[in-house]
Amino acid sequence: MQTVWPLFVYLAAAAAVPAGMIMVSFVLGARHSDRATGEPYESGIVSTGSARLRFPIHFYLVAMFFVIFDLEAVFLFAWAVAVRELGWAGFAEALVFIGVLVAALAYLWRLGALDWGPKPFARLSHSRHKDS
Amino acid sequence: MQEFVHFLQHDVLARISPPLGALPDQIVLLGAILVGAAPIVAFMAVIAMAWTYGERRIAGFIQARYGPNRVGPEGVLQPLADGIKLLAKEDIAPAGADRPLYELAPLLVFVGALLPFVALPFSEKWVISSMAAGVFYVLAFEAIEVIGIIMAGWAPNSKWSLYGGMRLAAQMVAYEIPMGLCLLTVVALAGTLNLGQICQMQGGAFGVGNWMVWPWVSPFATLAFFMFFVGGLAATKRAPFDLPEAESELVAGFHTEYSGIRFAFFFMAEYAAMYVVCAVATVCFLGGWHGPFREWLAPAAGAPTISDLLGKAVQVKTADGAWFVWANLWGALSVLGKWAFWKPMLYELLGAFYLIAKSFFLLFVMVWMRWTLPRIRIDQVIYMCLKVLLPFSLLCVLGAAAQTVFTDWNLLHWLLSAGK
Repeated sequence: MQTVWPLFVYLAAAAAVPAGMIMVSFVLGARHSDRATGEPYESGIVSTGSARLRFPIHFYLVAMFFVIFDLEAVFLFAWAVAVRELGWAGFAEALVFIGVLVAALAYLWRLGALDWGPKPFARLSHSRHKDS
Repeated sequence: MQEFVHFLQHDVLARISPPLGALPDQIVLLGAILVGAAPIVAFMAVIAMAWTYGERRIAGFIQARYGPNRVGPEGVLQPLADGIKLLAKEDIAPAGADRPLYELAPLLVFVGALLPFVALPFSEKWVISSMAAGVFYVLAFEAIEVIGIIMAGWAPNSKWSLYGGMRLAAQMVAYEIPMGLCLLTVVALAGTLNLGQICQMQGGAFGVGNWMVWPWVSPFATLAFFMFFVGGLAATKRAPFDLPEAESELVAGFHTEYSGIRFAFFFMAEYAAMYVVCAVATVCFLGGWHGPFREWLAPAAGAPTISDLLGKAVQVKTADGAWFVWANLWGALSVLGKWAFWKPMLYELLGAFYLIAKSFFLLFVMVWMRWTLPRIRIDQVIYMCLKVLLPFSLLCVLGAAAQTVFTDWNLLHWLLSAGK
């Protein structure tokens, strides 16, 4: 029914607009080079070291959860379109499928993989012990 | 839209000017797309400009101060002045930056923000491409922005940028899941991924009673709407989820090092993304183009469409080899003087007005929340997503599916039929 190439034409048109604006800005914009022009802005403090830092593992965990659960959503998309046609058999299958993933979510939850930052409840109970 | 372009070419243009009508279909479609892309880009620019102004005025109103009120009457020309200023600013890149990534990132974010508009309906017939997988397409292209953001965070070799970029990447990627599942709730109820068809189903009951968001249509969709809106706040980095660009701790987050026009791209993309989220919420939950009194303008069954009118107006026979047939051009233009032409146009225009007005109301709520709620921590953001929204959105999908499979439950229909 429909071809894909108009989308790419639109993509090119959409990319041409910012490209044109950058060219205008290149012509109109100022240009200067001082001692500190090329330094990253760190609120007035002289920058030290590189910004290629190591990051807490949590950020990468979120990316992994995304892969797991978004893939689930992709499968569910195919099912959701045809919910009515598939009837209770399809519903039961989807229930099992979602059940497995909810079990995975519960497991991750118990494992503490979803916990970020300080553990307020653990600390609270600890301090209570101390007080009493 | 492709069908309409095809019709215009073969049944209208071919009669006005046979050689032009005989051009290959692809060439004509190419021209139509390029002509069609202009209003979309203009619409996005107008939205971005209107809301940079609107947000500052609303902020001023909420905080009991003036917003920008100097440039033009009530300051309405302020965004134009800002745009010209940003165009004339220097485009600085830090010395340690990864230049190709640094320069490409704002472009990717900007183009990524423009792409969902292709599948987004503005009114019943005013949609660039009414694709069968519209919901899927919009979600997929909303996600392109994340790549641009990670590039923008990493490339300038600045610590603020990196922190902001990583936070935003984690937040956007995480909220993608509940947002998709909330839309899936509507898809399960409607049985289609086509945004236009989803919206079409919510008509009737004076244009307001059948919206998905009402609990009597489906309580699961009501819950899903609010969760979608919260997810939308996070995905467009609005308060209280605006910690990727938290100015009090990260200067400006991932766009700290960007200046001039490249900074403007991030800004425009943010407002465009906000509009897309609000428009999708409007189409899927708030009845889209449906609203009161619109049904009065609905074309009667068998009434001639605009295509019929045009087709009839250009029937003058021509000699072979004619280059241009003036009589047919005047015929085509004479359609503009007919009520039968303007009535369907008004019908569409009123639909577009309702859709954009509802979207703008949601945008207003987003701005309102920024001055109401405090910013939360990144661990709370992720907690909200994975431990609250994710389980509840799964529940919504299952509930909506169960409702579709096992009942044809609609309280409003039941009440209406009970009265008869």
